[in-house]
Amino acid sequence: MSGRVHTIVALVENRPGVLNKIASKWRQRAFNIESLAVGPSEVPGLSRMTFTVDGAAHDIEQVTKQLYKVIEVVKITDVTDQGTVARELALIKVAATKESRSAIIEIVDVFRAKVVDVGPDSLVIETTGTEDKIDAIVAMLTPFGLKELVRTGRVAMVRGGAPTVTAPSADGAGRHHRSAGEGKPKLGSLI
Amino acid sequence: MTRMKGADIIMECLRKEGVEIIFGYPGGANLPMYDALHKYPDIRHVLVRHEQAAAHAADAYARVSGKAGVCWSTSGPGATNLVTGIANAWMDSVPLVCITGQVVSWLLGRDGFQEADITGITIPITKHNTIVLDVEDIAPAIAEAFHIATTGRPGPVLVDIPRDVQQATCEFDYPEKVELAGYQPTVVGHPQQVKKAAQLIAESERPLILAGHGVVIARAAEALREVAEKAQIPVITTLLGIGGFPGSHELYQGMPGMHGMYWNNIAIQEADLVIAAGMRFDDRVTGALKDFAPNARIVHIDVDPAEIGKNVKTMVPIVGDVKNVLQQLATQIAPGRHDAWRQRLADLRRDHPSIAIPETDRLLPQYVIKKIYELSGPKAYYATGVGQHQMWAAQFFWGDNPYSFVTSGGLGTMGFEVPAAIGVQFARPLDTVWAICGDGGFQMTMEELALCTEYELPVKFAIINNNYLGMVRQWQDKFYAGNKQSVRMFQPDFVKLAEAMGITGMRVSDKAQVASSIEAALRHPGAVLLDFQVEDVEDCYPMMPPGVSLSDTIDQPRIEQPDYAR
Ligand SMILES: Cc1cc2nc3c(=O)[nH]c(=O)nc-3n(C[C@H](O)[C@H](O)[C@H](O)COP(=O)(O)OP(=O)(O)OC[C@H]3O[C@@H](n4cnc5c(N)ncnc54)[C@H](O)[C@@H]3O)c2cc1C
Ligand SMILES: Cc1ncc(C[n+]2csc(CCOP(=O)(O)OP(=O)(O)O)c2C)c(N)n1
Ligand SMILES: [Mg+2]
Repeated sequence: MSGRVHTIVALVENRPGVLNKIASKWRQRAFNIESLAVGPSEVPGLSRMTFTVDGAAHDIEQVTKQLYKVIEVVKITDVTDQGTVARELALIKVAATKESRSAIIEIVDVFRAKVVDVGPDSLVIETTGTEDKIDAIVAMLTPFGLKELVRTGRVAMVRGGAPTVTAPSADGAGRHHRSAGEGKPKLGSLI
Repeated sequence: MTRMKGADIIMECLRKEGVEIIFGYPGGANLPMYDALHKYPDIRHVLVRHEQAAAHAADAYARVSGKAGVCWSTSGPGATNLVTGIANAWMDSVPLVCITGQVVSWLLGRDGFQEADITGITIPITKHNTIVLDVEDIAPAIAEAFHIATTGRPGPVLVDIPRDVQQATCEFDYPEKVELAGYQPTVVGHPQQVKKAAQLIAESERPLILAGHGVVIARAAEALREVAEKAQIPVITTLLGIGGFPGSHELYQGMPGMHGMYWNNIAIQEADLVIAAGMRFDDRVTGALKDFAPNARIVHIDVDPAEIGKNVKTMVPIVGDVKNVLQQLATQIAPGRHDAWRQRLADLRRDHPSIAIPETDRLLPQYVIKKIYELSGPKAYYATGVGQHQMWAAQFFWGDNPYSFVTSGGLGTMGFEVPAAIGVQFARPLDTVWAICGDGGFQMTMEELALCTEYELPVKFAIINNNYLGMVRQWQDKFYAGNKQSVRMFQPDFVKLAEAMGITGMRVSDKAQVASSIEAALRHPGAVLLDFQVEDVEDCYPMMPPGVSLSDTIDQPRIEQPDYAR
């Protein structure tokens, strides 16, 4: 799969098995998910997922269409070509001696990162930014002795007032069951 | 409101959905459902002999009745036995609701006895699936299952219910209305797109309609006919579109593709407009995509937006239910004629009689199939297996009974024929139902013959017995230098087998007996099995070899050789 990195944002019902169903669609078309971030959205019961995947635009469009078919996926958009704010958070545990500590902190300052934990022989550094920025700080810290690295993967939001992806129904929630006796919705009894 | 056990709630839900028949098999994890059955005499349960057959029978029942098919099984092996049948329904967009019993919820994930992660297993072959862990959720889950299975692009839905949840109690409250934020199929075509399509039709000199399974699913045969007749556009149907247009209609052209008629494959290459209605441009239809319909603009009508542009570049996509869209289209198009084009098609057909049957005294499989069609009257139904006999069954179907041809297209599941014919007979108890069987496929599900005796089903089984896995044999002959491996097998005595199952069997090896044996089978009030001992080595033509374009279709090689000799 070659192309460029795409950022896909999905709003999904927060139910067991959903991630598995979504992953299955990517897997079937042999996509490698570069990163994935999931968390609650502004609507109770709905989670927002941000994927980054590498691929040709046509193939990505096909998979997003397939993903739409997962019933729990409420909305999905490829925001790659929209103006977005995209960030990733990393925690970096780096070896630190008395001698190296101030050099490390200098780097942390340059990158506007933060030291969030200090141990006898290590520091934990928190940094937020684009993947490039995180790659750069990691590269700078590696010579000191990288003990552990954790990255959240990209989260993205479209700039301006419009929401990135929203649920189509006004109240946004996932499913309704009513016993109002109104009969089935007019979705067309196709068979 | 009354408190009820989960198992009773399942049955109440089925009743609410108007289910008349369940194909199933019992076991430890669905015994509460069996315990509830007797309270619902209006819902018939058919005990199959293997769960695969439950899914296939429900699938065929759904195709013919237009309602969701329902099947159920126990956990573990019962559930995994359903898998082939579910995959079959998935590939062919058939509405199926499968209810599996599951081990008690506290054993989930601990390798409990007969535990299989059936929701995990069936993710890629269901439109939706879910496991219900709270008795309160049974009714919503089943309501959703029927809603999802039958609307939009239909497909199988599986609901997995642990035994303890079937036994727990709650108040029954059936949701009359299901609304899913993430599922709102578009069913009406965009008027602007419909207008554009009408414009292309008006501009076209060589238009073709490629009608697919969607037309059958949407029960859109009438609407299709209206469009075709008004604009005088010839109609080709895919394997699964057969029965979506009257076979005897002067505009009907038969099937395209790998074993479709030569004239159709050439016509597609010459057409300047292809209107694809409810079909998904399967590779068996298109051949090499880069050379497909090089001169045509393409209008694609499909309810599933993911099908648009998946295989073929489309000029005018119309997302919507094909019945609605065709009805919309009918009001937009002007009456047209395409006399020169139709003459061209007639010439192609005259010069390339793809499905002419060679003159011979030997018993050819095509001859048997053609005779069955000729003698069974206008109201008969047909279910086929997979292989050569299936292709001949498709080529020689020129009947008018809509939605009467049932076959496994996308998955190509051998063994479909026997349970499918049984499912069709349950849906159409008063009509003639033929199972057109391969000798190989028949042996995959022949245990189900017993149902014909148990449930008094007058299914007519025709085994097109070439003593070969014929389609594979043909490929080995053509593409593996005649290295025939593992395509011949010991056969049971099918006539005795039929008798052992309590049905009438007859062996036919002489061409002269074909008509009389078919007539005898049709006269017989019960099930009959005819074992037609046809020519062993008869190749199915036309044939488009794998990987080439429609233009490279090989027509019946014997048409230049009237003195048929091998
Ligand atoms: C041995 C073998 C040989 C075969 N050879 C051939 C061959 O030569 N020629 C051939 O044609 N086939 C052949 N097939 C079958 C082939 O594999 C496909 O199954 C078949 O072509 C698919 O037909 P389809 O696209 O019409 O139907 P489906 O695959 O069922 O697709 C239906 C399409 O209609 C859409 N749809 C469903 N409901 C609606 C609705 N209400 N409104 C609008 N759209 C709807 C769906 O979204 C889907 O896109 C062969 C199969 C086997 C096993
Ligand atoms: C379950 C399954 N296994 C294997 C195949 C591959 N296959 C396709 S056609 C065919 C031969 C079918 O033989 P038979 O049922 O005798 O039909 P014939 O082609 O001889 O008419 C086989 C093995 C299949 N389609 N389905
Ligand atoms: Mg055979």
